[in-house]
Amino acid sequence: MSDVQTPLPGTFYHRPSPNDAPYKAKGDAVAVGDVIGLIEVMKTFIEVKAEAAGTFGGYVTENEAAVTAGQVLATVDA
Amino acid sequence: MTLKIVKSGLATTIQDMGRPGYFHLGIPEGGAMDRLSMRAANMLVGNPEGAAGLEAVFMGPEIEFTRDASVAVTGAEMPVMVDGEARGTWTAFTVKAGQILSFGFLQSGARIYIAVSGGITTEPDLGSRSTYPIGALGGVDGRAVQPGDELPVGDAPLVAEGRRVPAALRRGPANPAELRVLTGLYWYRLTDTAGQQFFEDTWTVAAEADRMGYRFKGGRPLEFVEREQPFGAGADPSNIVDGCYSYGSIQVPGGTEPIVLHRDAVSGGGYFTLGAIISADMDLIGQLQPNTQVKFVNVDMDTALAARAERKVTIQKIREELG
Repeated sequence: MSDVQTPLPGTFYHRPSPNDAPYKAKGDAVAVGDVIGLIEVMKTFIEVKAEAAGTFGGYVTENEAAVTAGQVLATVDA
Repeated sequence: MTLKIVKSGLATTIQDMGRPGYFHLGIPEGGAMDRLSMRAANMLVGNPEGAAGLEAVFMGPEIEFTRDASVAVTGAEMPVMVDGEARGTWTAFTVKAGQILSFGFLQSGARIYIAVSGGITTEPDLGSRSTYPIGALGGVDGRAVQPGDELPVGDAPLVAEGRRVPAALRRGPANPAELRVLTGLYWYRLTDTAGQQFFEDTWTVAAEADRMGYRFKGGRPLEFVEREQPFGAGADPSNIVDGCYSYGSIQVPGGTEPIVLHRDAVSGGGYFTLGAIISADMDLIGQLQPNTQVKFVNVDMDTALAARAERKVTIQKIREELG
């Protein structure tokens, strides 16, 4: 299992916009570089990408939560 | 020699002490948001204090060196690595030709300052190399650094490794951060209750926080003294006919979310400003992350000037330590 960490502090979003579905659901296939969420900071949205491939284990940080750099956002099972 | 930018981080900009003298023309002073840290980084590597270095917010860049150089990283706490090996912050170290300087996850604070012996020697605009992206001044063609950029660096001898700024001479925000405020010309526009609330409430740094300004949320809305708005002022009670905005001034559009103007801010406009953060505390704002808590503390001019003098003493002590 690998953790997806945020490189930045800010606000974490599971979805590309409030009306869309979350980027990933538990059990989805994950490829390296897949977007799993967005971090909002300094008026910009930065995509957080998976650095390992596998099966999406789920979000461990809630949608719209305040996060600090290095915090685990989601897990990916190898 | 050049610094090859391999990864640029989120927003990494060339900064020095800025370009004072053009604010009346609408061109902000710019320069490092945490000036003490930028000065200290330069002192550590033997540069003049006003040499240009890099300011990186929240995320460090990745840089390949083409020649041996002395390097220092100050400001926020973030793991520093040379070819993957740990180095300390606030301490001079050598990076050899071909080695890569990189960074881990931010631990505290918001902005690191990277000084390299010889300083970055891009072309200055209006007397400064500081990047002001909106005005396309300074930096690399007026912008933040990008992967593939090669930043020119001046010639300078290396300094001894291990020179450091003692912890007692470093400054960072407490939690909650305390920012001292001198109330200003338009303070009379707030009701007494609103004025008290502003200092009583705990505010939180909003996502809209950058080199132009820091927005704060979470306090109670401020009420204004009723008046018939003067000709030329907007209808909202937070509007005035127009005024100058100082560095550090605090505007509260609509009375809801205070914005502290920082180094790349505009020089005037139509919002009342309730006062200004004292100059000695402006560096601290540059080290605030979003979602951190802040209290504004009401001080008088004597306190503000004493704090400014104290800050000068701290900088002088760093000079003596590294002299």
